[in-house]
Amino acid sequence: MIDIHEVDVTFGRGTPMETRALIGATLHIPAGRFVTVIGSNGAGKSTLLNVVTGDAPMERGRLVIDGVDVTRWPPARRAGMVARVFQDPMAGTCEGLSIEENMALAASRGHRRGLAKALGHNRRIAFAEQLATLGLGLENRLQDRMGLLSGGQRQAVSLLMATLAGTRILLLDEHTAALDPKISEFVLDLTRRIVAEHHLTVLMVTHSMRHALDCGDRTIMMHEGRIVFDVEGGERAGLDVPDLLQLFARVRGRELDDDTLLLG
Amino acid sequence: MSSIAFLGAIEIGLVYGLVALGVFLSFRVLSFPDLTVDGSFPLGAAVAATLIVNEVDPFLATAVAVLAGAAAGLVTALLNVRFKILHLLASILTMIALFSVNIRIMGRPNVAIINDETILTPLLDLDIAGYYAKPLLAGIVVVVAVVLLARFLGSEFGLAMRATGANPRMARAQGVATSTQIYTGMALSNALVALAGALFAQTNGFADVTSGVGTIVVGLAAVILGETLLRTRVLLIALIACVLGSVIYRIAVALALNADFLGLQASDLNLVTALLVALALILPGVGGPLRSVMRRAGR
Repeated sequence: MIDIHEVDVTFGRGTPMETRALIGATLHIPAGRFVTVIGSNGAGKSTLLNVVTGDAPMERGRLVIDGVDVTRWPPARRAGMVARVFQDPMAGTCEGLSIEENMALAASRGHRRGLAKALGHNRRIAFAEQLATLGLGLENRLQDRMGLLSGGQRQAVSLLMATLAGTRILLLDEHTAALDPKISEFVLDLTRRIVAEHHLTVLMVTHSMRHALDCGDRTIMMHEGRIVFDVEGGERAGLDVPDLLQLFARVRGRELDDDTLLLG
Repeated sequence: MSSIAFLGAIEIGLVYGLVALGVFLSFRVLSFPDLTVDGSFPLGAAVAATLIVNEVDPFLATAVAVLAGAAAGLVTALLNVRFKILHLLASILTMIALFSVNIRIMGRPNVAIINDETILTPLLDLDIAGYYAKPLLAGIVVVVAVVLLARFLGSEFGLAMRATGANPRMARAQGVATSTQIYTGMALSNALVALAGALFAQTNGFADVTSGVGTIVVGLAAVILGETLLRTRVLLIALIACVLGSVIYRIAVALALNADFLGLQASDLNLVTALLVALALILPGVGGPLRSVMRRAGR
């Protein structure tokens, strides 16, 4: 479904701030799989998502989604295939627009936007029904400004919005990181439910090792622009948070060894 | 104030109501502080007047003026979107260039069309006096513009334009081609302003290259006044508020100029308007949502 092949991304090339955000990143995700991504700050997790959405400029490599080479597609065009929920609840929705207007925007993702009315009677009814499934009472607040909602409510609506246009790929960029633990669990449960219901292919970046193991069926770890390990199935089922931490330490240790070699 | 002066204030208020709609579209909807209007207003006047003097049908002349305004908006959008020039500067460049362009179009700094056939002629032929016909014509044009604009902003495309101005990152993530939206919005905004210029030339009987000075500030004053008077989230009402703000502003100006004890003269208008807009941005609770755009633009 998603085929990331030998992708390099460098920010600020030729400047003192040059950062190699991705180095030869290769990842193949079959349809319907749920992959979680962990790694320290600056490891390239978000860049990996940005490569899929087209927000990060690829220097080298190829990106194939659903059998189509989209390497040269602009972000707006890729949005027809890929939905995304951001870490910042403010980023994924328009606070100045109403809930129903935000949903109408999402429902037309990947379609030509013409001069037909964005909000008709039928659409409003459908939106209210979908909002009702969240169990937050938002179905009665269709015309409220998005800005009036709490962070958790906005993330829940963002998740719902991701499903409206029938896209089959969902990218989650630490979408629970800005929420308090209880709300975070609610949003995560909602995520699992929506993913199962719509048979989505998911790439989820998370800061929480716990979430990385509890969600989905495959976990990758990134470090300094590379994918340093990739586990799934039985091997992954046997892992716990301390094991992950240990793996992480080993990855960093290997790098230290390399340095020692170099310096020695 | 005589009733003719009052009708005159309403007429000019309605004409500048179109400017207010254009400014609403650029500043409020797209969050694009656009000063092109100081050039596109006289551009509309110049194109319409020049064509009318050359005996082109006045409706066709007005339509061409509108297209010229749209082109001016596209130039500003191109400088900003394609060549990454700061929006404010991009619009100033277009505005300055238009000063020369407008003189080229007219062949001289001003053109009189006082005796020519204009889009006002059909109304005058019905034996309606000029001082009624002018506000009536402006009123018809404004009503049509408000209804069409409200419908447009409520469409799928218009909604995408509003998202582009409010949260471009989110808009792109929802598959909105934000640059297309900026091109379209800027073209539409300046087309409305040029339409106002074309109307102004035909109701006043002349086009003058200096008539654009301060257009943006007058438009902003109208939008601010409208938003202060009518707080609303309903688009149609927000658009009506812009026009209403423009008319009330003109009536207030006419009253102030008529009040001899104030000692104001017509040329003080720009100073008073600038003070009004500045005050609206300084005083808390006035200015409404426009504050953020204009203060952000200043940073």
